[in-house]
Amino acid sequence: MEACDLVIIGGGPAGLAAAVAARQAGVENILVLERDSRLGGILNQCIHSGFGLHTFQQELTGPEYAARFVSQVKGLGIACLCDAMVLDLAADRTLTVIHPERGIFTLHPKAVILAMGCRERPRGALNIPGFRPAGIYTAGTAQHLVNIEGKLPGRECVILGSGDIGLIMARRMTLEGAKVKVVAELMPYSGGLKRNIVQCLEDFDIPLKLSHTVVNIHGKERLTGVTIARVEQGLPVPGTEEYYACDTLLLSCGLIPENELSRGAGVELSLVTNGPVVNDRLETSVPGVFAAGNVLHVHDLVDYVSQEAAAAGENAARYILEAQTQTGPEIPVTCGPGIRYTVPQKIRLESRDEDVTLRLRVDGVYRNRRLTVLAGDAPVSSKKRRALAPGEMETIRLSRKPLPVGIRELRVLLEEG
Amino acid sequence: MERKLICIGCPLGCELTAQVEGGEVREVTGNTCPNGERYARKELTNPTRILTTTVRVRGGTLPVVSVKTAGDIPKGKLLACAAALKDVEIPAPMAPGQVVVPDILGTGVDLVATKSVERA
Ligand SMILES: Cc1cc2nc3c(=O)[nH]c(=O)nc-3n(C[C@H](O)[C@H](O)[C@H](O)COP(=O)(O)OP(=O)(O)OC[C@H]3O[C@@H](n4cnc5c(N)ncnc54)[C@H](O)[C@@H]3O)c2cc1C
Ligand code: SF4
Repeated sequence: MEACDLVIIGGGPAGLAAAVAARQAGVENILVLERDSRLGGILNQCIHSGFGLHTFQQELTGPEYAARFVSQVKGLGIACLCDAMVLDLAADRTLTVIHPERGIFTLHPKAVILAMGCRERPRGALNIPGFRPAGIYTAGTAQHLVNIEGKLPGRECVILGSGDIGLIMARRMTLEGAKVKVVAELMPYSGGLKRNIVQCLEDFDIPLKLSHTVVNIHGKERLTGVTIARVEQGLPVPGTEEYYACDTLLLSCGLIPENELSRGAGVELSLVTNGPVVNDRLETSVPGVFAAGNVLHVHDLVDYVSQEAAAAGENAARYILEAQTQTGPEIPVTCGPGIRYTVPQKIRLESRDEDVTLRLRVDGVYRNRRLTVLAGDAPVSSKKRRALAPGEMETIRLSRKPLPVGIRELRVLLEEG
Repeated sequence: MERKLICIGCPLGCELTAQVEGGEVREVTGNTCPNGERYARKELTNPTRILTTTVRVRGGTLPVVSVKTAGDIPKGKLLACAAALKDVEIPAPMAPGQVVVPDILGTGVDLVATKSVERA
């Protein structure tokens, strides 16, 4: 077993930013484990621009954003092992890793940061009737095929789901010469960023049908077409069916944090985010195990991933260097109507002067509201928001000082006004 | 005439309203920052975009390299530029920032690599 202070599982933007921050906070012995042959995670296939506006005040492509962090990691001499897949994480932080040259080995670091990212919701979960012919891909798989392997999955395409990956792929397929006939979205609003609707659909006259879904899949060996219908109250409306001939169906139906390892270690997971339940130190229910990035909750902006991961890196450093192993009393952060979740879900009451960053998502589209945080009965923060949407994560920064003593919970409310 | 548009300058996606008279943009409202006004003026007179796509690589560790236009190109030329790259193949190695196609389709803008591809 090798001696190591901090192991980071995943070499995507979260893992890299966490590594940099932990090193800057003084942790010497850091190892980043990445199962792919390159660092950078999902960014390697996100070749469009739109990354890093907050961090670098510049619009970078995914690979360019990743490269900045890779060079920081290399510059700081942080050890990274690619082609290394973590097979198991135990509750005592023992990791089992497999690597083509080193075989199977174990590590027992003082702290672990989970940065495994997320994966796409598989089609099985979507319950579309019809056969299962070839030609049906998740949008992210199609993105990998086109942008990494240089292969076009098909010529005539329908996209189900208007999350950002679906929108980005509508443009990508169009630029590669395919015809994207329609993007169908089950919800009455798009899950993607408005700018992507403009740049990826409107620029190329690709229709977006809200409150529509695929009700039938045609073709036995290869997909020949799909039937799309309008949806009301969760049910397809008879008589609204429309047939679209196509050889490819891309599914962009959401991402799920990848938490098999966390589950194995006994980390408590949230049923809402599908990621670990964490406190304001981004520490999970297993002491010394921290989480950041898409493994914690799905992010739409990589800048926030980097910020969150840097905080996890600093906190892990504090855990290691100050041997702060006792968490102390914690209070829950609860959500009022309209708010789906917050991360963190718990706050430590320990007196420290650190600020707390709450990230949250709402459950629908709202205009002219306030996001208010109550500590007991006293508001500690109240911010106006012109527009809120489920596709856009909100951030509230609380300064730690004014939190009254003796409170039992922090409650986040979405209020009129 | 009033024109409504969404700023694509950043993920906030501000909803802009522009007063247009005789092909000239008079007033822009709804923007959170100055980029929004700049965007509305440009979008209504000479809309431009960055093109991001891939180009085939010969003898590299990856079959394609990701590329972008080093600056904005006219929106109407996006598809033509992408089509013009279909038969382009460049030899590895490739470094980010390296020019792949100079002055693509006479736009005056270079197409550059956005990732490194090593020789296989
Ligand atoms: C298609 C797509 C488009 C996006 N577009 C934008 C955009 O335009 N602008 C923007 O700002 N953001 C965008 N995002 C969001 C942003 O890119 C992501 O939120 C961010 O990349 C997440 O970083 P991460 O490090 O948490 O996860 P990832 O990048 O997924 O990295 C996780 C890494 O962990 C590794 N890993 C997983 N399990 C193991 C294991 N057991 N052992 C070893 N390694 C493991 C994986 O191989 C991977 O490299 C987009 C995301 C996607 C998916
Ligand atoms: S106006 Fe400014 S803040 Fe609003 S979307 Fe455009 S760039 Fe972003």
